[in-house]
Amino acid sequence: MTKTLLARLLGPLTLALLALTFGLGLWVTPPDQVQGNLVRLVYVHPALAWVALYVSFGTATIASVLYLWRRTRSATLDRIGACAMEVSVVFIALTLITGSLWGRPTWGVWWAWDARLTSTAILGVFALAYLALRRALDDDETRARRSAVFAIIAAINVPIIHFSVLWWKTLHQGATVFTANRTLLIHGSQAWTLLVSFVAFTLSFVWLLRARYRLEVTRDQSRQRDFNEALAQRRREGARP
Amino acid sequence: MIRVALLVAAKDLRVELRSRVLLWQVVPFGAMALLLSGLALGPARAGHSGAAPGLFFLVMLFVTLLTVARSRAIDARAGTRDSIATLGLDPGGVFLGKTVALTVELWVTGALLLAGTVVVLHANLAGTLAASGNVAVTLAALAAAGVLHGALSGPGDGSATLLPLLSLPAFAPLLIAGERAYSAALGHGALWAWGTISLVALVAYLALGILLYGVLDES
Repeated sequence: MTKTLLARLLGPLTLALLALTFGLGLWVTPPDQVQGNLVRLVYVHPALAWVALYVSFGTATIASVLYLWRRTRSATLDRIGACAMEVSVVFIALTLITGSLWGRPTWGVWWAWDARLTSTAILGVFALAYLALRRALDDDETRARRSAVFAIIAAINVPIIHFSVLWWKTLHQGATVFTANRTLLIHGSQAWTLLVSFVAFTLSFVWLLRARYRLEVTRDQSRQRDFNEALAQRRREGARP
Repeated sequence: MIRVALLVAAKDLRVELRSRVLLWQVVPFGAMALLLSGLALGPARAGHSGAAPGLFFLVMLFVTLLTVARSRAIDARAGTRDSIATLGLDPGGVFLGKTVALTVELWVTGALLLAGTVVVLHANLAGTLAASGNVAVTLAALAAAGVLHGALSGPGDGSATLLPLLSLPAFAPLLIAGERAYSAALGHGALWAWGTISLVALVAYLALGILLYGVLDES
């Protein structure tokens, strides 16, 4: 009962928090002294990147590692990994698009060959390649095993993206919320709006993942039903005199 | 594991030596790609271009794809996989052996194409020689990544198109690191910083390959 209620509330709650993020970001928070109204993209872009790199890619990687470990191997983990990676593609694309929208007026270009941007784009290609790999393989177990290995290889890119602004001289700014010694960089309504956006986009990931997972289960059940029907039909044909 | 690696490497290199595919197909392809890169830059710029390191690594990346596909084709021959399965060889050793064989092939091709880069794209000889150690490490990392992604793409019909898609994102950081280090050796920055990335990537791919190659070959 509680589970059903939580599941039912997830969608409306996510939408409400997203609406609150946009309301706070567009009307309540003040323009920045340096960036002016461009700062409003900061309420969306870091939260999208958080979900793309750490939440969804992290979920896919953990599910993949657990799938490869024999004790925890299950079709559920394979499905979670695949669905999280699909959602990750959407969030990586949104991260790059919002970053590009911010970059054009700030840097004067839609795209810069910056370490953070380039490594994020490479992660996006990794995620697309993961989906292509899954589509190319027919056997369920082979597909699950190979895509799990590929997800782990792709995950190497995540720490590279995270530390890219420290390792190389980049156009992309450093940490948005905290400094290296954990001092808060933003305050007041800006900090609250950012916090709400992080929660809203994380919940939207959970919502999308849940919906995608249910679709995957239904698809698998449908395939199994079709297979059973075809098998039964063959048997009936074989039993005819 | 080392014994298995040496056995597999020797087997792959012997097949390559007998078939001469590297000599008659891969090296000419690399030379042609290097010439075409020069033509694409234009005759006026190709001779004194700072793009030589990038073009060299781009060509080596395509060469790696060819050699990985070739290595997979050898394994796909009837009976080969069954023989390996029957012998019960350590998968980590098989991965290491295939990586060693591919590294040797890439080093041979790379040495010839580096000479071509000096001649055709007018890269400085002293700088190229200074970069050669780092080029060797980057090519070994490309080989390790290539063998792992070759196993991921599998032996099926779709592997020819799947292999570039799976491996190019993994090759991209190596291309950047290799190009930056070679450029640094030609006199535009610190060589060691980018060389370290190739070395770390080599160690990471060797570790991942030894750990996961068996999982990929379970089928």
